[in-house]
Amino acid sequence: MTTPSTASVLMEHEVGLHARPSVKLTKLAKTFDAKIEVAPAADGPWIDAKSIVKVMAVKAPKDTVLHFRAVGADADAAVAALVRLVEADFEDETV
Amino acid sequence: MTEAARSPRRAAYAGRPASPGLALGPVIVDRKAGPRERVAGSVEDERAALESALAAATASLAELMQSTGGDAAEIIEFQLALAEDDTLSAPAFAEIATGTPAHEAWAGAVDVLVSDYQAAEEEYFRARAADLTDLRDRVLGTLSGVGELDAGLPEGAILLAEDVTPSRFLSLDWTGRGIALTGGSTTSHVAMLARSRGVPMLVAIGAVEAGDGEIALLDAETGRLVVAPDADECSGIAEHMARRNEQAEFDANEARRPAVTAGGEEIAVMINVADPAELDAIDPEICDGIGLARTELMFLGAGGLPDEETQLAAYQRLIAWAGSRPVTVRTLDAGGDKPIPGYTLDGESNSFLGVRGVRLSLAHPDVFRVQVRALLRAAAEGDIRIMIPMVSVPAEMKRVKTIVAEEADRLAGLGVPHRVPPVGIMVEVPSAALALERFDTDFASIGSNDLTQLILGVDRDSEILAPLFDERNEAVKSAIRQLIAVAHDKGRKVGICGQGPSDHPDFAEFLVGLGIDSISLNPDSIIEVTRRIAAIEGG
Repeated sequence: MTTPSTASVLMEHEVGLHARPSVKLTKLAKTFDAKIEVAPAADGPWIDAKSIVKVMAVKAPKDTVLHFRAVGADADAAVAALVRLVEADFEDETV
Repeated sequence: MTEAARSPRRAAYAGRPASPGLALGPVIVDRKAGPRERVAGSVEDERAALESALAAATASLAELMQSTGGDAAEIIEFQLALAEDDTLSAPAFAEIATGTPAHEAWAGAVDVLVSDYQAAEEEYFRARAADLTDLRDRVLGTLSGVGELDAGLPEGAILLAEDVTPSRFLSLDWTGRGIALTGGSTTSHVAMLARSRGVPMLVAIGAVEAGDGEIALLDAETGRLVVAPDADECSGIAEHMARRNEQAEFDANEARRPAVTAGGEEIAVMINVADPAELDAIDPEICDGIGLARTELMFLGAGGLPDEETQLAAYQRLIAWAGSRPVTVRTLDAGGDKPIPGYTLDGESNSFLGVRGVRLSLAHPDVFRVQVRALLRAAAEGDIRIMIPMVSVPAEMKRVKTIVAEEADRLAGLGVPHRVPPVGIMVEVPSAALALERFDTDFASIGSNDLTQLILGVDRDSEILAPLFDERNEAVKSAIRQLIAVAHDKGRKVGICGQGPSDHPDFAEFLVGLGIDSISLNPDSIIEVTRRIAAIEGG
């Protein structure tokens, strides 16, 4: 099995992982083929970053460090793009 | 009121205002689309039925998103993402495979999630349950072949419902109409939409007895729904609404006009800002500057205490927005109800009277000096004014002014551009209000919330004591009267930061009568207060 691409980033969005940030995150994740997971802590729980239902269920508040891991051909690009999205405070830089 | 004028069936209900405004008209009792009879087909038929209903819902949501913008589009986008999420639909398809009809399987799957959300601790997540039921009903409607429920609402109608979904809200014309919810939430997406479109809405009213077509008065300003109101109540409100409507036409222009009393006195109307990002959505033309820029948020960030450059950038952003208008920045007002972990003291037995505001700044001069330097540098680029919170004795202002002078010297020594701007007191402790003449201050800004709480000895956050908390209390007014007179006597300007003038027209009138120079408010209250000032005869 290939080693997953991983990264973590501090989420400073004022309201945390609410509806709008979750929509942006899942939409961006879906643009990649890789299997992508997100977790509110280094040891999980890991959840599907392409599912709005699951991402919302994390209820991650402001100042959570979000961890990403991805497996697949475009895994590196996916993780980098997601980190950028969180760093940009979920402002649009997605297409 | 005379007995004759009293409506025998009159009943008043209290609710929480979710969007301000008034409406008077027939009650339309919301009828939920009952579970339509739907004949289920084979397992394969049912699977196909749900698939096509989901596809139809996705398509209509995408279309709705195209036709709306801003907040509304984002709310619909959330539902669209839910509709496309297999995690939501997979349990429904699994149920269908066991022989359950599509509509039952779908409703069951969504309802599991709805009850999860409803059980959430955070009100935000509870409010999202309404988005899910909205999507649920949209798909159910397609499954049973029902289109949109509403043909439209009669003139002035007040929709009485348990809750209203965002897509339902967006499908109706609400001009002149209102919403009364027995349940609902002030943080729901519908509440946001109602506010942004100026539709009066009251939530959490509880059970209401009213028949279809019965006249009701919705007052989403004081928070009540009156079914079968008295005749003079109706005419009073009709008059009030007529005035509102007349004014509404001029809204855009009015907000841009300076606030001038009927007597000709001009009052600066400014805004309170907690986060520079808020300014993106506000046209600077609607106000005369920033009367209160809070700086606490900047200090709460994950990066710890912000350095001089970070602070300078934040103040520059305020200046860039305000142009030549004044920007009054309050130095860090942490402590009390605004703790900063690791900086403010923990476990103070009475934190509102503890180490907060200027007391905390002077206890940590190293941190305070950084803020002062950033402000002095920003002042070289715009009309910055420095406001000091929680000053209670003259020695504190003396110390502050010394620090400002020392930092100015230091910047001068380094050749860094700077300017010493006016430094004034946020008058909120009675000892400053009652002996202002003893303080070295370049201006005074009344912090009416704290001043009222401290004069009355009433916790401003206590719901139980809320009836006692009133800026219009004679002792509070007397302190304000005195401090304005003292300041003006010394040629100092006096402003006020707080919602008092927007909550109480008579309080605004009182302040204008005393010759207040500026009023600083939350941005959404600007138009209302400008109007109130214009109505004041003055002189």
